Amino acid sequence: MNAGEPYSAYGPLRRKEDARFLRGRGTFVDDVQMPGMLHGAILRSPFAHARIVSVDPAAAQAHPKVRAVITGADLAGRGLAWMPTLSGDVQAVLATDKVRFQGQEVAFVVAEDRYSARDALELINVEYEPLPVVADARLALDRAAPVIRDDVPGRADNHIFDWAAGDAAATDAAFAAADVVVAQDMLYPRAHPAPLETCGAVADADEVTGKLTIWSTSQAPHAHRTLYSLFLGVPEHKIRVVSPDIGGGFGNKAPVYPGYVCAIVGSQLTGRPVKWVEDRSENLMSTAFARDYHMHGEIAAAADGTILALRVRVLADHGAFNGAAQPTKFPAGFFGLCTGSYDLRAAHCQVTGVYTNKAPGGVAYSCSFRVTEAVYLVERMVDLLAAELGADPAELRMKNLLRPEQFPHTTPTGWEYDSGDYATTLRLALDTAGYPQLRREQAQRRARGELMGIGISFFTEAVGAGPRKHMDILGLGMADGADLRVHPTGKAVLAVSCQSQGQGHETTFAQIVAQELGISPDDVEVVHGDTDRTPFGLGTYGSRSTPVSGAAAAMAARKVRERARIVAAAMLEAAAGDLEWVPGRWQVRGDPGQGKTLAEIAMAAHSSLDLPEGVAGHLDADTVYNPPNLTYPYGAYICVVDVDPGTGEVKVRRFVAVDDCGVRINPMIVAGQIHRGLADGLGMALMQAIAFDADGNCLGGSFMDYLLPTAVECPSWELRETVTPCPHHPIGAKGVGESATVGSPAAVVNAVMDALAPCGVKHADMPLTPANVWSAIQGVPLRTDLAFT
Amino acid sequence: MQITVTVNGAPVTREVEPRLLLIHFLRDDLGLTGSHWGCDTSNCGACVVWLDEIPVKSCTVLAAMADGHRVRTVEGMAARGSLDPVQQGFAQCHGLQCGFCTPGMMLTARWLLDHNPDPSPQQIREALSGQVCRCTGYENIVRSVLWAARHEKAGRDGGAAEGAG
Repeated sequence: MNAGEPYSAYGPLRRKEDARFLRGRGTFVDDVQMPGMLHGAILRSPFAHARIVSVDPAAAQAHPKVRAVITGADLAGRGLAWMPTLSGDVQAVLATDKVRFQGQEVAFVVAEDRYSARDALELINVEYEPLPVVADARLALDRAAPVIRDDVPGRADNHIFDWAAGDAAATDAAFAAADVVVAQDMLYPRAHPAPLETCGAVADADEVTGKLTIWSTSQAPHAHRTLYSLFLGVPEHKIRVVSPDIGGGFGNKAPVYPGYVCAIVGSQLTGRPVKWVEDRSENLMSTAFARDYHMHGEIAAAADGTILALRVRVLADHGAFNGAAQPTKFPAGFFGLCTGSYDLRAAHCQVTGVYTNKAPGGVAYSCSFRVTEAVYLVERMVDLLAAELGADPAELRMKNLLRPEQFPHTTPTGWEYDSGDYATTLRLALDTAGYPQLRREQAQRRARGELMGIGISFFTEAVGAGPRKHMDILGLGMADGADLRVHPTGKAVLAVSCQSQGQGHETTFAQIVAQELGISPDDVEVVHGDTDRTPFGLGTYGSRSTPVSGAAAAMAARKVRERARIVAAAMLEAAAGDLEWVPGRWQVRGDPGQGKTLAEIAMAAHSSLDLPEGVAGHLDADTVYNPPNLTYPYGAYICVVDVDPGTGEVKVRRFVAVDDCGVRINPMIVAGQIHRGLADGLGMALMQAIAFDADGNCLGGSFMDYLLPTAVECPSWELRETVTPCPHHPIGAKGVGESATVGSPAAVVNAVMDALAPCGVKHADMPLTPANVWSAIQGVPLRTDLAFT
Repeated sequence: MQITVTVNGAPVTREVEPRLLLIHFLRDDLGLTGSHWGCDTSNCGACVVWLDEIPVKSCTVLAAMADGHRVRTVEGMAARGSLDPVQQGFAQCHGLQCGFCTPGMMLTARWLLDHNPDPSPQQIREALSGQVCRCTGYENIVRSVLWAARHEKAGRDGGAAEGAG
């Protein structure tokens, strides 16, 4: 910091957590070793739908290294065969009546070592009676479709929910008055978050103390603790959930999985700690997927390009158990954001959720609860409208974007966007990309028969759930706590409920506190991921850490500052009202020489100094932050692709991303998060999809089949920023962790469709693999989510 | 069976099952948990270690195959307490987030720089293309390796590396 500049703890500070990771000294769940620890493994169903005739564990039990074999019947005897999901449905921990998706959990073996546990799985004899399978959501509501969830007496179909938002009549009227209407079916294929570390747990049920400790890959340790308590009947104060270093989450580690429960029961049965870590196939085949939305969009406009209205119908595939993660009142998540960033007169969207014989889930894969699907839909529809009108997609967007004076803006589906200057952001993206030059180059290349495409997307995200009045998960309101302790020497320890999976909370949150207290981030230690050491909160997903826990940290620090004022006043024998705060110090207004640093004040607060009546000493403070609204980060993305007309291969040549996430605490970390999301979006657009065959066999069960982008598929990302502070957040920040995942797939797909325009292609579904693109060029688009169409 | 493997310069002898994977030998038998297991199918590279002087995916190497050979893991990257320039580059350029792929990425990057001290960004991307990172979008990993290359060159040229990043 140079003299004269205001103090700032914000900036591209190198990360505190790197020191351990660079030396291989992180502690991930599979790194946890305990004396006497046993290893668990899960036997899984080879069938997508089958009645279980019998399960015979005798041979496995006889294996010399096996300590326990747990079946569905064993769990049923304990009342634990079914557990609650995050959506208030139930999910089988171990199947009792039938299996409902391929890879479903059937039995659990506990053995002395990993390899023996796997060996013993081969010794369990299960007799199945295969049943007809529903692998295609579009067939789930047919009268002839088998009822998947007949565990619920009286259930006669595979329907889960209907949800709608907006004004249907006003939307119909707007469509009736429109000059142009464009409609399109599109699929957002099932994807899997696939964090590089799979899910796992080490459970230690201490028979003597009654304490149950669970180290697990959890994005929401406190919510998991409450769930375990309610479900297992273990008193909550006797449960400690520790989420140590997490090797990526992206929504995949929000739910509680059967394996965690099995590890707990295994430990209770054997009296020894039990480790269970799934392999990659188990992760891809059984843990929470994302997307799988069959969407039909219609957009209405006037002849001059003024967008009037949007109408959307969605068929949502939730798999065999409704394990979707989102606030209770929002069964389709925040899909209502499908009106995007535009000034519409009316909109109506309707989502129907169905069961299929596929793995459960429906988590936010690096997006705030279905906003990725919503943004993809509207941004494709706007491009299709541009094509219909013969308009430039950039100009069409510019014409219809919400204007700064319209904020706060209530959308036709009821969301209150807090702030934005959209046109400035889009203009910066266009300038950065050199948009007119790119269009000229494209014209020249087209004349030579080359397929070059330029794709634009503009997105608005809604992140940072609560407010708790409207948003809860299983009845737990989405407000988060922060505890801030200031030691006598002025060093601080912040404890927060959110849990980093790589986002760098130990650095960013130290910067937040340091900024408020005028001290160095080095003097702030951040504690997280241990329910015994941190205050309650709903955890990290939906980009909620900075919007919620970050706000809590800032508010706790401001409380500390006010406590310090009272102590400083006593030290200086001045009235508290006569003191002014300069970073790190309270001083007498008009007499800067008379002041005390935070460290001096902290020591005095712990001393025998005579304090005013009612002030007990110490500076520690805690708070619970209940957000008044979500935060609404946004951005403009431009993707440039070249498509090989012979092979259909797409090469992303450039990608420009301009993000506005309000105030950036650590711009280095923010940029890293955006890089990640851009790679994610490229992956979903071009290669990532979990497909199934007609028998419900998962065709994306390994990294050989479920393709993830590597360094050679990714371009060098070009990032720019605008800053529109969030008006209701204590430090003006908005969430950013998932913005790029939300915004980028549409930019890539729009670019490819733009490239294919000379071939007469208007739409092809993701992933735009070479085969899919080549087929589209030939005029025969493929369905890539199903192998049998 | 009994195997003797020189791990990060120190010979270790253990009785192992013939089917034991090298990654599990390192992690479970030796407690070197810096190398990670991510996919089973040699696609992700979280388990990359050096076998003699070559990066290998230790999830598809048997511990028995390392008998009589040298293995280098992330725990052996820092020399006499000071971080390898590749490790420094990852810290300087925010080349890691969750840290799970990082050991494998760094070991491959170290191998690359030993064989090509001045790689282009494209050569770095190709060298790392057998490995997956889910957090960084690779941008800062490439920058990290470039940082290391630049600082090693400065070191070789006798110039001061400080401030060149």
